[in-house]
Amino acid sequence: MSDKKAPEPPNSEVTPEPLYLRRREFIKNAGLFAGTAAVVGGGLYLLGMKRTRPMDAFVPDGGGLASLPRSRPGPSPYDTDEPRTPFEDVTTYNNFYEFGLDKSDPARNAHTLKTRPWTVTIDGEAHKPQTVDIEQLLSWFPLEERVYRMRCVEAWSMVIPWLGFPLGELLKRVEPTSRARYVAFTTLVDPEQMPGQKRQVLDWPYVEGLRLDEAMHPLTLMAVGLYGKALPNQNGAPLRLVVPWKYGFKGIKSIVRITLTEQEPPTTWNLSAPNEYGFYANVNPEVDHPRWSQATERRIGDLSRRATLPFNGYAEQVASLYAGMDLSKNY
Amino acid sequence: MASPPLPWLKPAVLVGGLAPLGMMLLQGLQGTLGPNAVETVLNQTGLLCLVFLVLSLACTPLKLVLAWTWPVRVRKLLGLLAFAYGVLHFLTYAVADQGLALGAIFQDITERGFIAVGFVALVLMVPLAVTSTNASVRRMGFPAWQRLHRLAYVAAALGVVHFVWRVKKDATEPLIYGAVLAVLLGIRAVEAIRKRRRARAPHPA
Repeated sequence: MSDKKAPEPPNSEVTPEPLYLRRREFIKNAGLFAGTAAVVGGGLYLLGMKRTRPMDAFVPDGGGLASLPRSRPGPSPYDTDEPRTPFEDVTTYNNFYEFGLDKSDPARNAHTLKTRPWTVTIDGEAHKPQTVDIEQLLSWFPLEERVYRMRCVEAWSMVIPWLGFPLGELLKRVEPTSRARYVAFTTLVDPEQMPGQKRQVLDWPYVEGLRLDEAMHPLTLMAVGLYGKALPNQNGAPLRLVVPWKYGFKGIKSIVRITLTEQEPPTTWNLSAPNEYGFYANVNPEVDHPRWSQATERRIGDLSRRATLPFNGYAEQVASLYAGMDLSKNY
Repeated sequence: MASPPLPWLKPAVLVGGLAPLGMMLLQGLQGTLGPNAVETVLNQTGLLCLVFLVLSLACTPLKLVLAWTWPVRVRKLLGLLAFAYGVLHFLTYAVADQGLALGAIFQDITERGFIAVGFVALVLMVPLAVTSTNASVRRMGFPAWQRLHRLAYVAAALGVVHFVWRVKKDATEPLIYGAVLAVLLGIRAVEAIRKRRRARAPHPA
């Protein structure tokens, strides 16, 4: 058997030489094709990567966040019964420039923020100014859940179950003087913890403000959690402002200072682009952003747009605060 | 001198160029385009349109500076890919984003510079795509065809303006594309001046 040669293929099955050479060339060309296609496709992937990288790995582990006691049970009269935006979306689609300019940057980068120990200074036109530790501050108030709509100035929106306490309760505790007319808020500034602050894209620290009557309104919330858990860093831990009838940028995050003032305080986006962002920033479908319409919005998770409501649907509660004001001028 | 035939080049650029579209379709089916899928697709298609437009405009400068002749072979394809992504970008805006609300779209285009600039860029690309065939070059005559296709520079510049205008803060990324475009245009300008000088230079007796 072993010395038996394999039968030679008949002449008709031998590849003719030109065809054999073409086969070599074909393989070479196929290789060049595959290589070039991979370089082109890969290059395009890199250019658009920050927009398309999957976010699954950055969704905070709900179990890793501290559960916060909800001391006031039952729904709040201010709750919306619209479907809640999923936890993954609320925690991976954020504007928090202290951690980068892309919506997905805060979820990737905010782990460097240390939220304990943390102190908050409440001062200015108050009879009892003080600096308190966050743990102590949390012990002062029963936490309640508030399911609010959140409308970003970029024309998208969410429905978020916050956990927090009314800002008014905190302000009452420090006893505002008769001269107090506004409340100014300041975010932490620490480029080591907040790497986005290494670049001057905004004038750090981020500052925001409210008129005192807006701050005292029962809808205005100091949030310390969402979905029953402590705030993830990217959502503004450990303490943030939520003013549901105003555009999202009013909701200043990671607050270290609250100051009662006589004068209208400066606010970050207004300083950055006064023709685009006003002090009031009430959600208003009638007053367009100079570059886009505010008449409609996309609820995160939806494909099509829906109409934007005056004061984000809270007109009944807050429209009276602005009686007699020209809202197209005081945008 | 003509470059070797390189039969693999065009199919490779086509497949690689359409890969991001395939990726987006796949991610769309899996629901992994992120919390705001429409925004993701808008950003991706818009960026790809600008990238291909700039690449198509890089072909001739590469020949002038580095004497590479092969890019010109894929110039038409690059231009058509730019146009295809531009059309997809607009359709994503008009159909998915605006739900074909024609009134709102018309208002956007007429009232908002940011959208108007992008729309004009796309409209400018239509005649270029239509006359991209060799038959068109013959029919129009090369000089006229070449003049028309200089509109690609205008479209790309408007694309950069549209991009800069879109970002809320930090225009670094769009300005990089603007800088590349300026360099490409600069090379063409230098070449044009040289050519004119050469034409004017006295011929030796």
